[in-house]
Amino acid sequence: MVESEATVERRILTDDEIRRALIRVAHEVMERNGGVEGVVLVGMHTRGVPIAQRIAGFAQQFEGVEVPVGMLDIGLYRDDVAAGARPVMRPTSIPDIQGRTVVLVDDVLYTGRTVRAAMDALTDLGRPSQIQLAILVDRGHRELPIRADYVGKNVPTSLDEQVYVRLVEIDGADEVILAREEEP
Amino acid sequence: MTQSLSAQTRARRTNGSYPDRTSRTGRRHVLDLDDFSVAEIEEVFQNADAMREVMNRDIKKVPTLRGKTVITLFTEASTRTRVSFEQAGKILSADVINVSGSGSSVEKGESLYNTALTLQAMNADIIVIRHSHSGAPHFLARNLDACVINAGDGTHAHPTQTLLDMYTMRERFGRVEGLKVVIVGDILYSRVARSNLWGLTRMGAEVTLCAPPTLIPQDMLNGLSDAPDHPFTSVKIERDVEKALEGADVVYALRLQLERQRAGHLPSLREYSRTYGINAERLELAKPGALIMHPGPMNEGVEIDPEVAHGTRSVIEEQVTNGVAIRMALLYGVATPVREQLFRADRN
Repeated sequence: MVESEATVERRILTDDEIRRALIRVAHEVMERNGGVEGVVLVGMHTRGVPIAQRIAGFAQQFEGVEVPVGMLDIGLYRDDVAAGARPVMRPTSIPDIQGRTVVLVDDVLYTGRTVRAAMDALTDLGRPSQIQLAILVDRGHRELPIRADYVGKNVPTSLDEQVYVRLVEIDGADEVILAREEEP
Repeated sequence: MTQSLSAQTRARRTNGSYPDRTSRTGRRHVLDLDDFSVAEIEEVFQNADAMREVMNRDIKKVPTLRGKTVITLFTEASTRTRVSFEQAGKILSADVINVSGSGSSVEKGESLYNTALTLQAMNADIIVIRHSHSGAPHFLARNLDACVINAGDGTHAHPTQTLLDMYTMRERFGRVEGLKVVIVGDILYSRVARSNLWGLTRMGAEVTLCAPPTLIPQDMLNGLSDAPDHPFTSVKIERDVEKALEGADVVYALRLQLERQRAGHLPSLREYSRTYGINAERLELAKPGALIMHPGPMNEGVEIDPEVAHGTRSVIEEQVTNGVAIRMALLYGVATPVREQLFRADRN
């Protein structure tokens, strides 16, 4: 990868748009589950964690119920570890999920492999009554039969494009960028 | 909007489908701690934190190393190191096979090289070796394709012990840097002491060694004045155990290898115990809240008083538990060279 490569970036979500999308997702979670009793939000590292916390915040604002939030690292469940991937792991901490409805939360849904790994990890930690999936950006190109229950924004992309989600908690600003490297 | 990607954005670049937060190291072998950077040690600790979470589950099993074979080749006695490597491998779903000196062809006089080649021919991905000869793991690392982890070689090194020791200190104090660590006992023959010197000085702890003159190498710290940047220049040697213990955060007792007394290094075990043994009275000289550590196995009543070994300040059992987490993190960390793999994938 060469530093001088030209990159075309396009902002596809602003901070206000991210906020509105997550408020809508929070409402959809409440609507689908008849409130948030018995719901546990589990954010996938890294950016799924603050997104899950924000959705929980909105849900508490509207329903007055505190929703438990967990965080999940899927490093030990990846299907490419034997092939050489060695991510540095982040802490996993999951509230009681036995018999609960778990909403997995991540920033971008792409091939679906991360979600597959997350479901394996979750079922090792307990037996939720249901697992649902909430995503800020669905960029397509699934390699597994997985779909999201709640989507902030659908973004058609090509394979040579990258989606970057930036969040205040981690990156100091809220925005989603679609980037494509131009051949020099 | 056209601009070049920020460094942060580049760091976010995904390779395929998973977020990229790849290990910074392409380590294949763990031979000693002298080639570990602070960042790499922190990385091992961070991964060990995640492994602790797995160990606390009802079902202690993750699929990470499915299909990998780990062979432990121990030609010296061991309980905790061998068992903890075996447990670490099994929790990660690796196939673990244990080979010991007695009962194997080592007894028939097979050379280390041929034994190791045989194990590799059976598709061992990782060989964990303990051997009475210093340098045996390095020899295997040079001659085999398998990854090699040193589980103690002669009087040379015991890196996994050091990592679990430092991990235990970090767990209790939140840091290793700046801790005053006093290592008391048989420094001369101790591979634990040698590896701990590398690890602790690298992480910024203040290390004091304390031993009778016969059990500390006379030239241990000689010649370092020529190398002012050498990490060991900060190490102190103190013959008086009471002075050494003053203000200590960690009191680390080493096992007195009983065969040493027979070799004439000590007048008697009782005298050693009286002059250098860690007892409750001496422990009072350390900081309140100081930790007692020991790599095991202990000679209770010799280098450490049973009351101290099983007292409230002892973290000796915690060391053992943390040993499994650290070895899980290392098994996870070595198997395949990360960089090479990813770069190859990049080019395709």
